[in-house]
Amino acid sequence: MSTATVWLVIAGCAVVTFAIKAAGPVALGGRRLPDRFTGVVALLAPALLAALVVTSALADGEDLHVGADTAGVAVAGVALWRGASVLAGVALAAGVTAGLRALS
Amino acid sequence: MRAGVPFALAGVLVSLSFGVLAREAGFPVVAAIVMSAIVFAGSAQFAAVAILASGGTAGAAVAAAALMNSRFLPMGVALAPSLPGGPLARALQGQTVVDASWAMAARRDGTFDRWLLFGATAPQYLTWLAGTAIGAFAGDALGDPRDLGLDAIYPAFFLALLLTELRDGRARAVAAAGAALALALVPVAPAGVPVLAASLAAFWGLRGRA
Repeated sequence: MSTATVWLVIAGCAVVTFAIKAAGPVALGGRRLPDRFTGVVALLAPALLAALVVTSALADGEDLHVGADTAGVAVAGVALWRGASVLAGVALAAGVTAGLRALS
Repeated sequence: MRAGVPFALAGVLVSLSFGVLAREAGFPVVAAIVMSAIVFAGSAQFAAVAILASGGTAGAAVAAAALMNSRFLPMGVALAPSLPGGPLARALQGQTVVDASWAMAARRDGTFDRWLLFGATAPQYLTWLAGTAIGAFAGDALGDPRDLGLDAIYPAFFLALLLTELRDGRARAVAAAGAALALALVPVAPAGVPVLAASLAAFWGLRGRA
């Protein structure tokens, strides 16, 4: 992979990310959404976040598999649920994952 | 600003792992840092780098980043009524959307606290840059990122965000449905699509209220 490719990808990612983040605010203007839609919006965050969690913890390309990282994330989940800070949670996830890999 | 600090601190570790992975994939140090500065979207950056590292084309890498970021489309639509100003001002304000800030700025009535959004994003942007720089410069000294468990940081970070969202039974049901839908699509859809498709679970959740 050439350095030119790297820069091309960076420029491409910057442009598409800008366009995607700008699209909603620009296209809709300041119009108010119907009440029904705002109800959906309130539920978007749990749906999208849950999907991000399971895909990043379980998916490896197009395969699903349970690995040391899955266990690390699960342990962090229990700690976070019981009131651990975000920083403690992610540090625990990395620590458990690294520990399990060192043992195996 | 303070609302974003816990996520900003955790973001150091996430972006550090990005810096290490980007260097491993053959990115020059400065390229890894510039990417974090002008793209500033974790999942898209990880996806693009992973595809390049596995021999994919530039087009495939950018397309994967776009799909990963497609979740910002519904987020932007949701945020739109809460932003003032003309098209350019609105486009720029829209750039401050990152998952943690967007979720925190969402009020229960479906509107958004835009100053909370901007304030929560600012420290996250700074630590995102700092972490990337540390990872990119120190990557070689740190060894294999997998041995350090750095790949578990990113999902754990999103899990922390998710837990703050599970206020009631409906949110929990929608989260479970979104997760199941995404997992079902992973083997058959390109990266990014499963997460975007999970937004359909929000529509399903609202139907249950009627």
